[in-house]
Amino acid sequence: MTTAVSRREFLKASAAMSGAFVLEFWFPAGSSAAGSADTATEVNAWMVIHPDDRVVIRIARSEMGQGSFTALAQLVAEELDCDWGKVSAEFASPNEHFRRNRIWGSMLTGGSRGIRTSQDYLRKAGASARMMLVMAAATRWGVPPQECAVQAGVITHRPSGRRLRYGEVAAAAALLPPPAEVPLKDPKDWKIAGQPVHRLDIPDKVLGKPVFGVDVSLPGMLHAAIAQCPVFGGKVAHVDASLAQSLRGVKQVVRAEDFVAVVADSWWRANEAVKALKIRWDEGGNGHVDNAAIAAMLREGLEAKDLPQARKVGEVGPALAGAAKVLQAEYHSPYINHATLEPQTCTAWFRPDGFLEIWTSTQDGEASMQAAASASGLPLEKIEVHKMMLGGGFGRRGGPQDFVRQGIAIARAVPGSPVKLMWSRSEDMQHGFYRPASLVSMKAGLDAQGRLVAWHTRVACPSILQVLRPQLLAKGGIDFTAVRSFDDMPYEVPHQQVDYARRNGHVPVGFWRAPGQQNAFYRECFLDELAEAAGQDPVAFRQGLLPPDNKERRVLDAVVHAAGWGQPAAAGVFRGVAMAAGFGSYTAMVAEVTVSPKGELKVHRIVVAIDSGYVVNPDTCRAQAESNVLFGLGSVLYQENNLKNGRIVESNFNNFRLPQISEMPKVETLLVPSGGFWGGHGEPAILPLAPALCNAIHAATGKRIRSLPLKHHDLRPA
Amino acid sequence: MLKLIVNGEIHSVDVEPEMPLLWVLRDHLGLPGTKYGCGISQCGACTVHLDGEAVRSCTLPVSAAQGKRITTIEGLSRNGLHPVQKAWIEHEVPQCGYCQTGMIMTATALLERTPHPTDDQIDQAMTNLCRCGTYARVRKAIHALAEAGAVIPRKS
Repeated sequence: MTTAVSRREFLKASAAMSGAFVLEFWFPAGSSAAGSADTATEVNAWMVIHPDDRVVIRIARSEMGQGSFTALAQLVAEELDCDWGKVSAEFASPNEHFRRNRIWGSMLTGGSRGIRTSQDYLRKAGASARMMLVMAAATRWGVPPQECAVQAGVITHRPSGRRLRYGEVAAAAALLPPPAEVPLKDPKDWKIAGQPVHRLDIPDKVLGKPVFGVDVSLPGMLHAAIAQCPVFGGKVAHVDASLAQSLRGVKQVVRAEDFVAVVADSWWRANEAVKALKIRWDEGGNGHVDNAAIAAMLREGLEAKDLPQARKVGEVGPALAGAAKVLQAEYHSPYINHATLEPQTCTAWFRPDGFLEIWTSTQDGEASMQAAASASGLPLEKIEVHKMMLGGGFGRRGGPQDFVRQGIAIARAVPGSPVKLMWSRSEDMQHGFYRPASLVSMKAGLDAQGRLVAWHTRVACPSILQVLRPQLLAKGGIDFTAVRSFDDMPYEVPHQQVDYARRNGHVPVGFWRAPGQQNAFYRECFLDELAEAAGQDPVAFRQGLLPPDNKERRVLDAVVHAAGWGQPAAAGVFRGVAMAAGFGSYTAMVAEVTVSPKGELKVHRIVVAIDSGYVVNPDTCRAQAESNVLFGLGSVLYQENNLKNGRIVESNFNNFRLPQISEMPKVETLLVPSGGFWGGHGEPAILPLAPALCNAIHAATGKRIRSLPLKHHDLRPA
Repeated sequence: MLKLIVNGEIHSVDVEPEMPLLWVLRDHLGLPGTKYGCGISQCGACTVHLDGEAVRSCTLPVSAAQGKRITTIEGLSRNGLHPVQKAWIEHEVPQCGYCQTGMIMTATALLERTPHPTDDQIDQAMTNLCRCGTYARVRKAIHALAEAGAVIPRKS
């Protein structure tokens, strides 16, 4: 079973088409494309071992900055007991994935699931390979495998002291049947997993090696820029391309149903020609939609009768009627684009032999394959998707594969040439799958002792699932992403009801990092309002609503201790707290802010505690906490996408601001894994960010923030 | 034909004088380490050095770069890694990495001019945008480089 590394096949095929291919195209770090791959052995689908003991681990998920490329390799290497210094990683081939009956499981990278939904089979793959390698050595020596020990890729026969390296027995091991029983290590004994090893993707990234989708370069490749109908759902009515076609470098203008693209010999020339197109759009029926229409849609939903219920415990009506004190508040959030720093991109090449190759920054290699198959009409066996490093993902590049379908439509119109499509920033800003705008009303009652007895939430929010995964809508059309944090609220409240008004409109919505995280903002800020009404400290009020041994309580206790809650802060510094669970993990946060007399906010310090069960790479987990803080901070301070004439108003980073380095607070991350479950790190820490900040702002100013972004609020102390 | 000095080599390119330097580097000279992020000098992903100073190449007409020394991430170090690149690896700065080549170019220019930058000077110079959240590590790496005196100051 000498390796049939798919990439080699692909390279051979490509090299046959074009001799320069291998030289022109650089693979991400750790690719086994070159070198002694001829004698390398695939021990199982997850790893290839070279005679010199180098181990190449296959990564099925995508790398968009979150560190999966390294952490997933750590899990395999841990159980394989190989030398981590000889490990590299490569992306598994989506084409081979389908040809081998989806051998690498899910390729979807979203929902902070990369590790938690693959750790079991990855660790078993490593352990299984180790057992086969040991068996191969034991067979060669004619000894029982129980007499052998393994350390860092070297097998030792203990009684005789004889040694064999993994590279020496890999070929023999690959011929053995995989063991039926594969025991896994106790995580307490981990040596590679659980360690802050250096990330495998970083060395190439600091050199500027071409690893991203937009960096693909192929012989004879052309470049495409695009103009999509500015009103979602609209179409091209008429194109006058005469000026565009006359511009230097322009090869072709491609008209599709809802976009026009220009293909040229450089991207700048293509995009200049796009600007020169005279396009008349058929806007459909939505050319009048503006912010007021969106607000009216959500308002109608919020006030609609007979909404489906996502949760019902007890009877909120009578409980609220009998409450000593009732509070009601409305909260609101706007649409927000993902704004990945690398715009959407896809390179497509219809090869002369009838094969279609795609190079793209995708969060889901399988979804890209399916999109390519449906757009091209080719069977999956005739398509390869090369997964590139993503210049940010955040949910934009998973479900929607719009860029892949466009890339194929454009390449098909230019036979014989690979074409790289890249969106301009304004196209990217105005053609997203936005975080849904939502309007939520909460009504809760306290009894005479200040105990929370009833909580009724009404959520009006576009459904992401309706747009991207309609088959996952629950009974009554309930979208779990729209009601999370309410329908799974950990607080012990005897009477609860959550109603959901699914109101979608024409703006496409999508999975924006921690989908539904607006609800954590609403819930945790309203909880502060309730604590105040009950005359209680926000932490004590929360603790009183949580059983002493639960995981939320544990992270809350950890963070308030570390942050010094209850002890005086520095002069002028105010604290806010929030707690939330999601994506398999439990998170609590304390924010420290100052607000100047002029109303200028400064976020000084974020302390966050995360219980993800286990930690595979503590340094990347900390980096993800920092990442969540900054991503959340942009949405709290500045970001929104407004509607006017059916279009998104914002066009670039001058009117859709990203925070700068000067605005980054100090982030202190407490990793408090309690074991027994596997949670994610890509998203959970964003959940408590907005409410912890807004609760701190209330402490500083007396003002309740019930809508974001903060740029619309006057924060001068009341 | 325009003559450009890129990473110490002279190139002749037949392009429109108004084409931004970024696209000459990426699409005509095969140097894709310099990135496009916004096209309006907001994000800094396109940062290169022009005679040693950090500039944003997405809005710089290539004609304005003629005769000047252009350095891209690919040419930052002739031998192995530049100290800034080493520090970026050591402190695990990049996440997705897309903005990081620009960050590295800006940080290098900052340290060459200001070997011991204060936090305020870092805030002023490092206006590159990052969507992932690497800012804390960018700052840490710059301070570590300053402390080690790892970047040779520019004489000017």
